[in-house]
Amino acid sequence: MRMNPNVTRHTLSVLVENAAGVLSQVSRLFSRKGYNIESLAVGTTDDPAVSRITIEVMADAAMIEQIMNQLRKQFPVYSVQELLPERSIRRELVMFKVKAENADTRNEVIQIANIFRASIIDVSLASLTLALIGDESKADAMQKLLESFGILELVRTGMVALERGAYTISDENKEKAEFNLGKASL
Amino acid sequence: MKMKSPQVLLECLLEQGVDTVFGYPGGTILNIYDEFERSGYKEKIRHILTAHEQGASHAADGYARSTGKVGVCFATSGPGATNLTTGIATAHMDSSPVVFITVNVGESLIGKDSFQEVDITGITMPITKCNYLVRRAEDLADIIREAFAIARSGRPGPVLIDILKNVTYEEVEYEPLPLEEHASHGRLAAMLRRASHDLKTPEPDHGDIRKLLDMIEEAKKPLVLVGGGVIRSRDAVPQFRKFFETLNAPVTSTIMGGGACPGDHPLFTGMVGMHGSHASNFAVDQCDLLIAIGCRFSDRVALDPPTFARNARIVQIDIDRAEIDKNVKTDHHIIGDARRVLELLNQGMKPHDYPEWKEWVFAHKEIPLKKDDILHPHEILETIQAVTDGDAIIATDVGQHQMWSAQYYHFSRPRQLITSGGFGTMGFGVGAAMGAKLGNPDKPVVLCTGDGCFRMNCHELSTVEHYHIPIIIVIFNNQTLGMVRQWQHLLYGERYSQTDLDRGPDFVKLANAYGIDGARCGTQPEFEAVLKEAVASGRPWVIECAIDKDAMVHPMVPGGVPVTDFLLD
Repeated sequence: MRMNPNVTRHTLSVLVENAAGVLSQVSRLFSRKGYNIESLAVGTTDDPAVSRITIEVMADAAMIEQIMNQLRKQFPVYSVQELLPERSIRRELVMFKVKAENADTRNEVIQIANIFRASIIDVSLASLTLALIGDESKADAMQKLLESFGILELVRTGMVALERGAYTISDENKEKAEFNLGKASL
Repeated sequence: MKMKSPQVLLECLLEQGVDTVFGYPGGTILNIYDEFERSGYKEKIRHILTAHEQGASHAADGYARSTGKVGVCFATSGPGATNLTTGIATAHMDSSPVVFITVNVGESLIGKDSFQEVDITGITMPITKCNYLVRRAEDLADIIREAFAIARSGRPGPVLIDILKNVTYEEVEYEPLPLEEHASHGRLAAMLRRASHDLKTPEPDHGDIRKLLDMIEEAKKPLVLVGGGVIRSRDAVPQFRKFFETLNAPVTSTIMGGGACPGDHPLFTGMVGMHGSHASNFAVDQCDLLIAIGCRFSDRVALDPPTFARNARIVQIDIDRAEIDKNVKTDHHIIGDARRVLELLNQGMKPHDYPEWKEWVFAHKEIPLKKDDILHPHEILETIQAVTDGDAIIATDVGQHQMWSAQYYHFSRPRQLITSGGFGTMGFGVGAAMGAKLGNPDKPVVLCTGDGCFRMNCHELSTVEHYHIPIIIVIFNNQTLGMVRQWQHLLYGERYSQTDLDRGPDFVKLANAYGIDGARCGTQPEFEAVLKEAVASGRPWVIECAIDKDAMVHPMVPGGVPVTDFLLD
């Protein structure tokens, strides 16, 4: 991608119909513009007919605005909201499988895990698997420390995010109302 | 009552008032075609069998564009479905409401690379407003109702319904539902309750309307730019004409806006953009307020977005929020249906006049048109205009003849120009003209096409002849791909790579082979005589007009530069 100083990380939260093909309909809008999705997490919500997709992408503000407008045009998309960093919480789960072939190494890894409040979810004579919940800075810091022991495998769930406070994505209906019905309907 | 699902499908089409369907049968769609014969639906719905699925897709599109109704097109799975894709994309780019119905292989065969299997819902995802794969017979009726509602609502567009073959064997409960009640029942009602849809007509923001009225008060040099949205919006054109006549300012148009402002109106500056008139392009450059209605500032209009209307405040009126600021950064926007926005504007409009501004705009003259003993493109269009009293619906293909048609024919009403403006589909014309004629049997329909375009889908002459569709096909034959040649002449050092069409067929003989009258003309009087005969005959005709190979579309501004940087005057 072209280097553009206005390109920053954006987190979009999208409520969609829980149906086949919807994910590709959503992701297509990013790929068409040449944007690589940094992170993507999908799962059902409290309503099993509705899924929530959390997408993180590096883009400039104008492009995000356009992608959000295009997302809102898709019929299986119920709601689209950008989660601003200062007003939202973001977490992801990272699992590290680390080489640990003797007791000393295991102890050291366990100490690091404790400092980061990661949990040990699997152990063998040759390895330890840790699960960490956090944002990317925490995961990156832990990854750096574990690298010296040898990371056998690493997997991330992708970021999930929610707005801070009692405001919910359903309140975004107000914005949708403008989109669908004009500002006068507010 | 219980009925077989193909019957449900056809009943649902009748609910929508569909009387004409274009299509082509095949293995998987047999059950639906069987129903036409078995239960006598062929008496209620006219099926037009084309020569190729692409022709059917363009015909359904041409029918929709010329009537404002939803066009319907059938095709079978696999190649039948993929042959529709050019037609679907064409309809999508120009916001034309068409419902495409295909039948895929059965549930047990899907995903196994079965014979004539293709993932057509996957393929058409980017070129439809919405598409469906029907897996259960009980969903069929509601999906069809929803599909039609989506196709015609908001910013119209194509919708594809792919049905698994096993569904077409099933019997299912069907409750007839009149069209007026669709929005309060079933899936459609559920969809309307959900938030993210554009099925309801947005009520424009009244504050936005007032702001535009204030901007008009401040403007000294306003210009109105009309696009296809005003044509697509039902009954918007009378409101539009009232608006610009009260404003009394110059009006320019995109190709898709053709007919919104009468072509011979004293306020009309002609088309804008790459082949826009001098008056239009200089007006865009010098205006201080540009009011764009139903126009998306495509790259053929806003050739260089940063300098487009550089001295103006730009106001965009569009039903589609995603169009605002997409191509050109605007200063103000109003979201809503063009008819409603214009109605509200008209309620608050005071009459204006801008004599000095108009005088300046209309002082820009075009280069004089040639008149000698050979047949010039503008003479062909002037003759069509004269012989049909300007009443003909003009369908076009794509290229030089398309631009000449937009420049020299004076469209007096909406839906009079049927052209592939956005997608630029060569081969669109014959199918589109057939659809337009079948939708408007009392209007003359003339297809302006080129020798290159016509050859792409001329097999549809068999359809024209079989159904006695009296369209008049005028071929602007310059023995070359004229528009590409024009670019090669101006921008590629006259290296005419692969654009010479110095080859057959003999178009008159070809027409005769299909049982259609044909004639060849080389002068204006010859053409006029043949055209008069053709119009009077009430039969389809192919008229080949020999024109100069080096005839060019004037004026021309290349892409990426200010609209006033004419490469060709």
